Amino acid sequence: MSDNQFYESLDETKPGRTFLDSNELVLNMGPQHPSTHGVLRVILKLDGEKVNGIECVIGYLHRGIEKIAENRTWAGFGPFVDRLDYTAAVSNSLGYCLAVEKLLGVEVPKRAQYLRVILTELCRLASHQVWLGTHVLDIGAVTPLFYAFRDRETILGVFEKYCGARLTTHAFRIGGCRWDAYPGFAEEVLKVCDDLLPMIDEYRHLITGNRIWLQRTKNVGYISPEDCMSYSITGPVLRGSGIAWDLRKAQPYSSYEDFEFDIPTGTAGDTFDRYVVRVEEMRQSIRIIRQAVEGLPEGPIIARVPKVIKPPAGEVYVSTEAPKGELGYFMVSDGGPQPYRVRVRPPSFINLQALEKMAKGSLVADVVAIIGTLDIVLGEVDR
Amino acid sequence: MIKSFLGYLHSGVTPGEAGNLIWISIYVLLVFAGVSLGVMFMNWFERKIMAHMQVRMGPMRVGPHGLLQPIADALKLIIKEDLMPSNADKLVFWFAPVCVVMTAFCAFIVVPFGRTHAITDMNIGVVFMLGVSSLGVLGVIMAGWASNSHYSLMGSLRSGAQMVSYEVAMSMAVVSAVMMTSMATGTGTLSMIGIVQAQMQQHIWFVFSFFPVGLIALAVFAIAMVAETNRAPFDLPEAESELVAGFMTEYSGFRWSLFFLAEYTSMMAVSSIATTLWLGGWLRPFPNLLGGRNWDLAFSLVPGLTFAILALLCFLTFTRMPRIRAMRGDTAGLGGLACLLGILAVVLLLPGVRERVQDIFWFTSKVAFFMYFYVWGRTTFPRYRFDQLMTIGWKVLLPISIAVVILTALIGVRQDLFALVRR
Amino acid sequence: MDGFERGKQGVNRMPDVPEGNLPEPAPEKTPVAPAAAAPAAAPKPATVPWESALVVQLRSVYGAAIQTAATYAGQKYLVVDRSVCHEVLGTLYQQAGYTFLTDLTAVHYPKDALPFEIVWILYSMAEEQRVRVKARFADGEEVPSVTARWAGANWMEREVYDMFGIRFAGHPDLRRILLPEDWTGHPLRKDYGLRQQDADWVQKNLGIESGQ
Repeated sequence: MSDNQFYESLDETKPGRTFLDSNELVLNMGPQHPSTHGVLRVILKLDGEKVNGIECVIGYLHRGIEKIAENRTWAGFGPFVDRLDYTAAVSNSLGYCLAVEKLLGVEVPKRAQYLRVILTELCRLASHQVWLGTHVLDIGAVTPLFYAFRDRETILGVFEKYCGARLTTHAFRIGGCRWDAYPGFAEEVLKVCDDLLPMIDEYRHLITGNRIWLQRTKNVGYISPEDCMSYSITGPVLRGSGIAWDLRKAQPYSSYEDFEFDIPTGTAGDTFDRYVVRVEEMRQSIRIIRQAVEGLPEGPIIARVPKVIKPPAGEVYVSTEAPKGELGYFMVSDGGPQPYRVRVRPPSFINLQALEKMAKGSLVADVVAIIGTLDIVLGEVDR
Repeated sequence: MIKSFLGYLHSGVTPGEAGNLIWISIYVLLVFAGVSLGVMFMNWFERKIMAHMQVRMGPMRVGPHGLLQPIADALKLIIKEDLMPSNADKLVFWFAPVCVVMTAFCAFIVVPFGRTHAITDMNIGVVFMLGVSSLGVLGVIMAGWASNSHYSLMGSLRSGAQMVSYEVAMSMAVVSAVMMTSMATGTGTLSMIGIVQAQMQQHIWFVFSFFPVGLIALAVFAIAMVAETNRAPFDLPEAESELVAGFMTEYSGFRWSLFFLAEYTSMMAVSSIATTLWLGGWLRPFPNLLGGRNWDLAFSLVPGLTFAILALLCFLTFTRMPRIRAMRGDTAGLGGLACLLGILAVVLLLPGVRERVQDIFWFTSKVAFFMYFYVWGRTTFPRYRFDQLMTIGWKVLLPISIAVVILTALIGVRQDLFALVRR
Repeated sequence: MDGFERGKQGVNRMPDVPEGNLPEPAPEKTPVAPAAAAPAAAPKPATVPWESALVVQLRSVYGAAIQTAATYAGQKYLVVDRSVCHEVLGTLYQQAGYTFLTDLTAVHYPKDALPFEIVWILYSMAEEQRVRVKARFADGEEVPSVTARWAGANWMEREVYDMFGIRFAGHPDLRRILLPEDWTGHPLRKDYGLRQQDADWVQKNLGIESGQ
């Protein structure tokens, strides 16, 4: 049903009907809203407090990135990719570079792979910090936001020293990394990990054991494993429902097979389990970073790549485990210097479809919690 | 005229009981000014405490350490454009904030800051306070209705329902405290001053009597009063992420500041009820255990010393201010504040003053203790969902408070029976 | 030193390599000696026919409708005729265990007789294998929708419709998703300009000239 039909169903100009006669209220959580994590419009059909239907209207941040890709060179498109999931810029870059490298048949040196892993996992931590702060803020606890962003500052400080940018870094190039680890990189990264680990325990004390938090998140936003598969959901949402699938283990890339880490999985498929999964993922990320830093090999940081990148004609689909889910790049090359088609498989876009399934039948206050637990970034949803 | 003016000073009663109109007016002005000052201070206090708990500084620019921030906020709100939605019910829209503010301030008529430091002492003081606060619900519902908007209406109805639900549990807890007043004399009292005097006679603050029943009663009242005043973790109607600001959405400028004023005032009013009923009102700690002239003297020095320590802290901060031109104003302000507090400390240490001010100081510090808990709770807890909120009000707090009433009655009767038997 | 200062001092430059990409090694000359730990060049991706029991089974059922079954750069794909694409997807779902629809997208080849290629990317969690199924469609032709089998295809197909104008038969609610409802034009088609906008929509809704 389109927007117009939605509103028409409550037409107050119909004879005899007043606002009080309808037992359905249409509430518009408009594009500008404190809780929708960006420009997302959610139209709620309410019966009192109960949600009868949800419709998401997206596209407010649509920038035509896929069209732009057809007009840039392969290397020149690199910076655009950071702007997709801007809370974890480097993870987008990793997927893109891996895809083009696969098209070229270039193998990335080991040192570059380890550096990439370190930076990507740091970005995963940063992204989960943003999620934690904002999700908890939506549910009402105002304090953990500041703690999460304080910890995120330490990570962004490392990025600033590494490449000069905090948010959209463009740190990876096709073939490897642009910059080598600066002197003191290893110590600083280890210090970030050492400082962050007790903070995660603090979150546990402040939030996880909090009775109010449990009441707000347990049995809220349930989605079954079968529905997850049907809706093509990936990432912590899928793992929260009990399916232990992580691309870093299932189809390892960029030396992830060298590292030992667990895949946290929930059982109940509700908001609380997804919360626990993401917090545990932060712990596992720290584990991976420590192993990568200690095992960082010597060597070149970029492979030999031609000056003008012209992959032979062909197609490839490469995906990585981004903090939000499976971020995939489907690239079609026609042998020229510009991509023929770049398709970004956006995890947030596909996960957002399940909002209606998860929120139907719950109360209005839960919708906010469920949007938060899906962990969407509108840059990725709209591209 | 002068005689009646001065004659009041020797009576041992509140002006309302003495019937002295001039002093009633003076007290009314004093209480009004004091409460307004308290609200302004609460604004600063809340922002600073929340900020420090959130690893940040809070207001720092307007005045030294942001102390003039409330004044800046008040000024801003007064000069802001006063909007009224075109389809709003104009009279009701105008009257709603007035209603809420009036009822909140009216509750302070019977609040006793000391034996004679109250505007009046009604023999139904507690019931009056509870009743008047309940009238505030009317104002909230009027605000939501008059705004002519879905959001506001939903918010105000939820707020109203919440306030009404928690009042029942609150009143039950109050009943149990009132029952305890009859322990010594055999007759209970509803008068606020009478309740504190009963605690004085029984040599115990009611929070500790019939332990742990008194404590549970206070706990129930404390939770209910947080819900009554729409504060976190029960602030769903107000700070709800999707309802914007609930019933206050359409209000701006001065009208909104009236709601804000009323909220803090009612917070202080219910804290005053809690203090009077359970924490011994204006009584100093341990009046009997640590009794005698020396202890009395020591405790009477506490208000002065508190302000002296605050003055010292101000002074120390003043000396540590960076000596740059841009901070001249702040440094001067801080120094001035240190001097002011110092003078206040000296005044409070004067023998004539310190006896009279003691009561007010102890009462205010107990109320401040509750206010700190309000802010602490807001910073720490997530929000309850509305149905969970109502469940707690009706299915958890009400049964506990009824149990408290019954237990108080049983324990009270048992002690009476023992007393009878022994005699 | 932070990145800014290091950049000014030229500290963090890659050693021995000029700014930007490396120069292409000159052909027929002694190649520049790579650094000691540089990996050997990986083999260029090539198309290798995909032989497996699954392909044999599919060919036995659908015959020549399975036009190509190959791997490129190690990734398996099937090019099928548009008449059987829906059934092939069904077979892969039910019998081969490809129960997860990773992505659904389209590519526009304006110069070909059947210009639109729809790509379904399926994944089998049990075997951790991915397969791409591709089929060509004509302009204006309706593609069978897979929303009945995979609920997640709903928005994917809406986006393909939005960007390419390809309609899906059997889709419950086919309308634009990223662009406004009343926008005309389908941007990802090759005949849609990079800076082109729907001038009427912009004029009507934003009150400005398009392109500002």
